[in-house]
Amino acid sequence: MSPVLEVRNLGKSFGGVRAVDDVSFSVEAGKLLALIGPNGAGKTTCFNMLNGQLPSDRGEVIFDGRKITGLKPREVWRLGVGRTFQITATFASMSVRENVQMALISHAGETWTLFGRAKDRHVAEADALLKQVGMLDQAERACGVLAYGDLKRVELAVAIANKPKLLLMDEPTAGMAPRERIALMALTAEIARERGIAVLFTEHDMDVVFAHSDAILVLDRGKLIAKGRAEEVRNDPAVRAVYLGSGATSGGH
Amino acid sequence: MIDLIFAQTLNGLASASSLFLVACGLSIIFGVTRIVNFAHGSFYMLGAYLAFTLVSRFGPADALGFWGGVLLAAVIVAALGALVEIVILRRIYQAPELFQLLATFGLVLMVQDIALGIWGPEDKLGPRAPGFKSFVVLMGSRFPSYELFLIVVGPIMLGLLWFLFQKTRWGTLVRAATQDREMVGALGVNQRLLFTSVFAFGAGLAALGGALQLPREAVNLHMDLSMISEAFVVVVVGGLGSVTGAYLAAVLIGIIHAFGILIFPKITLVLVFLVMAVVLVIKPYGLMGKRPVGSAHAHGPVEPLLLPASHNVKLIGLAALAVLLLAPFVVADHWLLTLTELSIFALFAASLHFMMGPGGMASFGHAAYFGLGAYGAALAVKWLGMPMVPALAFAPFLAGIAGVIFGWFCVRLSGVYLAMLTLAFAQIAWATAFQWVDVTGGDNGILGVWPAAWAAPKLVYYYLALAVCVVAILALRIIVFAPFGYALRAGRDSPLRSEAIGLPVMRIQWIAFIIAAVAAGIAGALFAFFKGSVFPTYMAIPRSVDGLLMVLLGGVQTVSGPIVGAFAFMGLQEQLMKATMYWRFVMGASIVLLVILFPRGLVGTALAFAERRREAEPAAPVTATPEPAR
Amino acid sequence: MDRRQFVSGAALGAVALATPSLLRAQGAPIKIGEINSYTSQPAFLKPYRQGWELALEQVNAGGGVLGRKVETLFRDDAGKPEDSVRLAGELINAEKVDLLSGGFLSNVGLAIADYALQNKRLYVASEPLSDAIVWAKGNRYTFRLRPSTYMQAAMLVEEAAKLPAKKWATVAPNYEYGQSAVKWFKELLKKAKPDVEFVAEQFPALGRIDAGATVQALEAAKPDAIFNVTFAADLSNFVRQGNTRGLFEGRTVVSMLTGEPEYLDPLGAETPVGWIVTGYPHADIQTPDHVKFRDAYKAKYNDYPRLGSVVGFDTMNAIAAGIAKAGTTDNEKLIDALKGLKFTSAFGPVEFRASDHQATLGAYVGKTAVKDGKGVMVDWRYADGAKYLPSDAEVKALRPAG
Repeated sequence: MSPVLEVRNLGKSFGGVRAVDDVSFSVEAGKLLALIGPNGAGKTTCFNMLNGQLPSDRGEVIFDGRKITGLKPREVWRLGVGRTFQITATFASMSVRENVQMALISHAGETWTLFGRAKDRHVAEADALLKQVGMLDQAERACGVLAYGDLKRVELAVAIANKPKLLLMDEPTAGMAPRERIALMALTAEIARERGIAVLFTEHDMDVVFAHSDAILVLDRGKLIAKGRAEEVRNDPAVRAVYLGSGATSGGH
Repeated sequence: MIDLIFAQTLNGLASASSLFLVACGLSIIFGVTRIVNFAHGSFYMLGAYLAFTLVSRFGPADALGFWGGVLLAAVIVAALGALVEIVILRRIYQAPELFQLLATFGLVLMVQDIALGIWGPEDKLGPRAPGFKSFVVLMGSRFPSYELFLIVVGPIMLGLLWFLFQKTRWGTLVRAATQDREMVGALGVNQRLLFTSVFAFGAGLAALGGALQLPREAVNLHMDLSMISEAFVVVVVGGLGSVTGAYLAAVLIGIIHAFGILIFPKITLVLVFLVMAVVLVIKPYGLMGKRPVGSAHAHGPVEPLLLPASHNVKLIGLAALAVLLLAPFVVADHWLLTLTELSIFALFAASLHFMMGPGGMASFGHAAYFGLGAYGAALAVKWLGMPMVPALAFAPFLAGIAGVIFGWFCVRLSGVYLAMLTLAFAQIAWATAFQWVDVTGGDNGILGVWPAAWAAPKLVYYYLALAVCVVAILALRIIVFAPFGYALRAGRDSPLRSEAIGLPVMRIQWIAFIIAAVAAGIAGALFAFFKGSVFPTYMAIPRSVDGLLMVLLGGVQTVSGPIVGAFAFMGLQEQLMKATMYWRFVMGASIVLLVILFPRGLVGTALAFAERRREAEPAAPVTATPEPAR
Repeated sequence: MDRRQFVSGAALGAVALATPSLLRAQGAPIKIGEINSYTSQPAFLKPYRQGWELALEQVNAGGGVLGRKVETLFRDDAGKPEDSVRLAGELINAEKVDLLSGGFLSNVGLAIADYALQNKRLYVASEPLSDAIVWAKGNRYTFRLRPSTYMQAAMLVEEAAKLPAKKWATVAPNYEYGQSAVKWFKELLKKAKPDVEFVAEQFPALGRIDAGATVQALEAAKPDAIFNVTFAADLSNFVRQGNTRGLFEGRTVVSMLTGEPEYLDPLGAETPVGWIVTGYPHADIQTPDHVKFRDAYKAKYNDYPRLGSVVGFDTMNAIAAGIAKAGTTDNEKLIDALKGLKFTSAFGPVEFRASDHQATLGAYVGKTAVKDGKGVMVDWRYADGAKYLPSDAEVKALRPAG
């Protein structure tokens, strides 16, 4: 089976510093791939190049057999790539359900419709998504007043509203309590497997990474220094050096 | 030729100094408090008047008397600024973005009447400065020594301010707050003190700028408004919060003025705005400005949910419409004139709200589209010989075309930069109407744009205007709740998320801009036939400001706010203008009072109140004060 | 009995019931709706209103007009023509005024004039100087008191033509008044003296002159003489920069309105000497009509009159004289009475010309000087407006409305 996402020799420099240097990897459907590394390793830069938020200097990104390098985020989304952000990005003046409806409206190509209530569109589908992330009981609440963990769930629901083949999650559990983190990633894993979505996520929390990834990529100073299953990576001397050297330990920051 | 270039360069530099001081104060105030301070020109004017009085009292011939008077004037105005901040502005920092602008505009009105009351209507030509009364000969032409003094004052003040901001703790805090407000809040700095001191300092700088003009310009009652727009231009061209940028921009504007006079003597009206438009199109954050860190909506309450009208609100709306429909049978017919005008302004306000509220694009130049609608109608009648109905239908296209062109540039910016670019385009449109005398009649306008005979009676025209306005306002309302309106709001709430779910934010904003322009154009066309004439004042700054005030007063976060705001604001103004010659003072005081009593606008505060009551009834109140989650 | 009369009759009935018998003897007051930019142009319009109220007081003390008291409803248009139209509507429909008057800015005057035409109501424009009010856009319902831009330019051209100057520069505020003043001055001066040449034109924005740069630009053109149209704060700034930079040395300046106390007084000791100006030497005019006016004004306000005071005073008196002549407030008859109406102004006898509804009120032409640290006019003469107006035949071409 061909991979959903294939990254070849991706590179990006900022003022002479190679933030991402010749990175290649691929993700398969239904699998969770973790991208880890110490602060400043280039994870977010790498991420932002994948969905077009940041133009790359070198290399290419192939999604579903199609080159998507140079496309805009919204074009990448239309092809079937969902995305969540390190700091949640939701629509604060809309209710939880409306946030999901908005994504569904966009997916259905109804953005330019000037009449008919947006509120009445795709209600059942939105509720199904909210049910899946456990937010149905809060569907009427404004996103602006939600607890942070709940916002993350809403974002997840929004990110999978367009039935993506690939989900990009930048630090999905940042800012959450440890118990919530495991729960959120368990949920993500469940959804990914059930829907056959390939998930690429960056993460600081090694417990989350080891518990829920099918494979791990380790980035350091822009370079990919290791990849493999959890145990392989855990025992990789280069990885140990990087992590011990940077002082980061399992369990958080 | 060389000597003329040299002399005009010096002239430009001399006029840059006061402009720099005023703009610098405005920039700092905006940077830290996010207040668009319309009253800044009033501080400038007060500085000049106070200096005039103090210098006359201390003895203008005496150096100590003169300079002492100038400095004391600045200190007094700084104290006034502190008072304003403590008494008024401090109460409304939590209000929606730009709301504070309302309060400062109320101050502008009050100060105008206060100055008239204290100093009388006649211009005051101040004394010359001791030691700088005469001239020096430079390259064969006489140059006033005071102008040379001003040329030196600019860089010296720049140096002092640089020192203040780079080398003192207070200055560091101000810079930090300008870059990232949330961070300063987190640092545990005494924000109240910081805000008060910044406001007072900015006001003092403006007053110093005014006081230094004393030997150069007659002090008069129009100084406030003629300075404020130029100061805004300098702030934006220089880059918000950048002192060096403000200086560069002031010099740029001063020099362009001085040379513009030589090359296009008639274009001085609009030159600065042309420069601003060009700078903003090329450098969206001004010459020295940086993209602000943190979210665009840095303060104010979280946007409430936008709910379709509840049963009660619908009933109120229907009742209001019924009142308007039945009004002609009840009130004397001259009230129809007032009601016609208010209906038209309600549509104007609603159109501005459409881009400002759901679109998050505040416009300081919305009158352009109102005016172009009016001119569209007038030109269609005058040059194409169209009857009223086709002219009414044609007019919004002119506004719409302007919306297409201006909007394309504007949506590339955000926040105050966007607002100022709309102002620049509005001024360009205004100057065109003003200057292109052959087509537009210049400032004497186009007369004889009266409605067709069947629509001429007050009653008929009232129903016509009411029908068109109600339909247009309802259409805007439907769009707000339709998918497009949601997409627009999505782009405002989080451009990042919007792009990540496939929404082309800029294109959505552009279309919204055009819709708003067309709606304003419809209002303008109705207004033209209602008044029978069109003038450049239809698209001048005061009309744009009126629009902003109506929207803010009603409540920018509600859909019905602008309509209530239009009726409240214009209705109040009309009645006050009739009642007293000091209507500006009363109006200004009323605005300030309303702002303090209704910190979310009339409708916004009413809705919040109703919400609290509704939530207080069931046992468990869900978070009344939303935590900032962004 | 039409509806308006019915309403005023009913109102009178109500008043009669509520007021003491003293007032009952008189008829309903004659109401004048007076619209002006009181808040935006206070320097001219405060004295204007005082002059108006003085005349009003005198008229009413003399028993009113047609045995009825005269009442004025003042309205502020804040300098916006669209507001003036609203106020006109309100005054006519709600307050049932008999006629309209006022207007300072030309576009406000034109807007009210057009409204007057549309609603068939008399409008006596007091101040707006635009020639269009009586010529290009003139209409049956509009009369204008003050000498227009054309007239004042013509008065100055008469003096300018006597000067040896060949090369002229002009400076004028960039709006209709400034533009037409320059246009007429150039046209009339070229006619009077074909060898003149205009070497520079400056049009600073009204109220925002960049005086230093403007002076420099004029200086660079090396004119023999300058025609100035700026006024108020622009004038003060222009004069100060011009004085310091020596622009006026060895040059004659011919200047519109500068001799009016409104604009001359703020200049004080800096008043440039020897400018040829139109204006109002209030302290020195000793004609009986003026002395009577000035004394009454001083007695009432403890202040000397400005030109605005004269305009307000004369407008009110002209209206009263018109109504007295017509014997009615019926507007059509009143208009016929105003055509050719002769009345006495503070400056002497004046007539509303039947051909273009322009009053023949004149202006004083003289030279500026400094006396006791104050600006004054010297060597002045009264230029009767009648002499500076085109003939009735010429007016026919200028005034399509007839």
